[in-house]
Amino acid sequence: MEQDVVVRARGLRRSYGDFVAVDGIDFEIRRGEFFGFLGPNGAGKTTTMRMLYRASSLDGGTLEILGFDASTTAHDRSIKARVGVVPQEDNLDQEMTVAENLDVFSRFYGYSKAERRSRVEAMIMFADLDAKRNELVETLSGGMKRRLMVARGLLGSPELFVLDEPSTGLDPRARQRIWERLAELRRQKTTVVLTTHYMEEAERLCDRIAIMDAGKIVALGTPAALIRDHVPSQVVEIRLAYDQDSSIVAPLHGDALRVEDLKDRVLLYADDVQALVARAAELDGVQTLVRRTTLDDVFLKITGRGLGAE
Amino acid sequence: MKLPGDIDLNLAMAVWWRNVVVYRHTWLKNILPNFFEPLLYLVGMGVGLGYYVGEGIEGGDYVAFIGPGLLASAAMNGAVFETTYNMFVKMYFARLYDAFLCTPAQIKDVAFGELLWATTRSLIYGVGFFVVLVGLTFAGYPILTSWSAILLIPAAGLIGMMFGLIGQLFTASIRTIDLYSYFYTLFITPMFLFSGIFFPTSRFPYGDEVAFFTPLYHGVRVCRALAAGAWNVDATISTVWMLVVCAVLLAVVPARLKPRTAR
Repeated sequence: MEQDVVVRARGLRRSYGDFVAVDGIDFEIRRGEFFGFLGPNGAGKTTTMRMLYRASSLDGGTLEILGFDASTTAHDRSIKARVGVVPQEDNLDQEMTVAENLDVFSRFYGYSKAERRSRVEAMIMFADLDAKRNELVETLSGGMKRRLMVARGLLGSPELFVLDEPSTGLDPRARQRIWERLAELRRQKTTVVLTTHYMEEAERLCDRIAIMDAGKIVALGTPAALIRDHVPSQVVEIRLAYDQDSSIVAPLHGDALRVEDLKDRVLLYADDVQALVARAAELDGVQTLVRRTTLDDVFLKITGRGLGAE
Repeated sequence: MKLPGDIDLNLAMAVWWRNVVVYRHTWLKNILPNFFEPLLYLVGMGVGLGYYVGEGIEGGDYVAFIGPGLLASAAMNGAVFETTYNMFVKMYFARLYDAFLCTPAQIKDVAFGELLWATTRSLIYGVGFFVVLVGLTFAGYPILTSWSAILLIPAAGLIGMMFGLIGQLFTASIRTIDLYSYFYTLFITPMFLFSGIFFPTSRFPYGDEVAFFTPLYHGVRVCRALAAGAWNVDATISTVWMLVVCAVLLAVVPARLKPRTAR
């Protein structure tokens, strides 16, 4: 494996009974990059993450992580010593304080006592939890718990850091603080893989994104390239009143490169939206919004539904 | 350091240490009740009921008869609670094993660390109970009549390890926490009553023969022999019996636990 590829997956597959969670996906993750898996719930993101951090075995395909063969469990201890993990669900030890949580988990990484102490201190500072170090975990806010999860995942100074939905369920401010912590990791050139169903998170944090749907990677590239390759640059969003039928927008279809009829709103895609905006202004009782296209639009085009769809 | 069965002792000790840290927070509310239970039996049955038993059993004092067996049951209770309810909660409700397994630890390391802790807890009970027995001995009850009684403490550790493993085997076999009521009502309680702690197993037809196949019986036999300084062939057989059960379960349990955490 060449030096700059940290993870290489070929035909990766995993089923649970009849349900195919991951259906033969290929991807490579390069050293130092932020790689995101974007997709709705049930797309196979978490299963993919679990295979990366060795909590799930694979049914088919090959997987190499940091030069180790991860197709079997033979090298799991070696891989896990080098991979940091933030699982989707918080599983902090509720019966211990912040500092004790970090101290206990630091003991799994073979540090000397002095190294362990300094690593724990560094992670308390990194998570900005100095004031809470002697508080029981159960007294922390959701955002603090998540930051502690991130800090715990980094205790082993991982070469690869895997986060499964790091900001799901957090309020915007807490999410912002998680993103700040992850930006710090980017400065330290840590390789990061994360999943999200927030388009904004993916666009803001990730160098490259794999869009997943129904167990498959349906598109892969930089956020800009994904948008450029799949949708026009702008979109006019016509929001209908509750008693209006989307057919009233039909006369505008000809001016758009692409149309998505979502019943309560109609999306009209174009690179030049001037004509669309002018004609939309003639429609009665609708709200019109002009915006640049995002990964949400890419996802809608590829899968036929929005990221928010469960 | 690697142990047989590819168990990493350092990783197991990290799991053990987690329990030590939590124990320091919770020992008052969690641990003492389990210790008081056999103590109450000792006072209630031994000192209280024993008064009416008169000549005692097998020509001895009744407190002296039940004291060593109750130490064995205290060791059993301490260990088995850890690897039943506590382990189930950590595994399924707190998702703590998922967290351990994200570190280099494998399930066999986690299971062994939990076993070390269950054994530690039975040693704590063993020491506590031993101190009580020493006190009663000085108060005039002829319970500990030989220096070999000091070996009751490692005996408590062996009994604890065996029951820790039995608890892990059961925990690895169930999916809902409610099933522990069967484990306690149909396994632990009958053993407590019919393993020769309160009366000789020969009181019932085939009592000895049936008891031979149950683990607490052997713990009781060993403890009684140690307390009285009357080591015999039976005590040796019982020690070997417990060691063999430990060895077999050490080999069997990790593989049975694995599918409980892997998905």
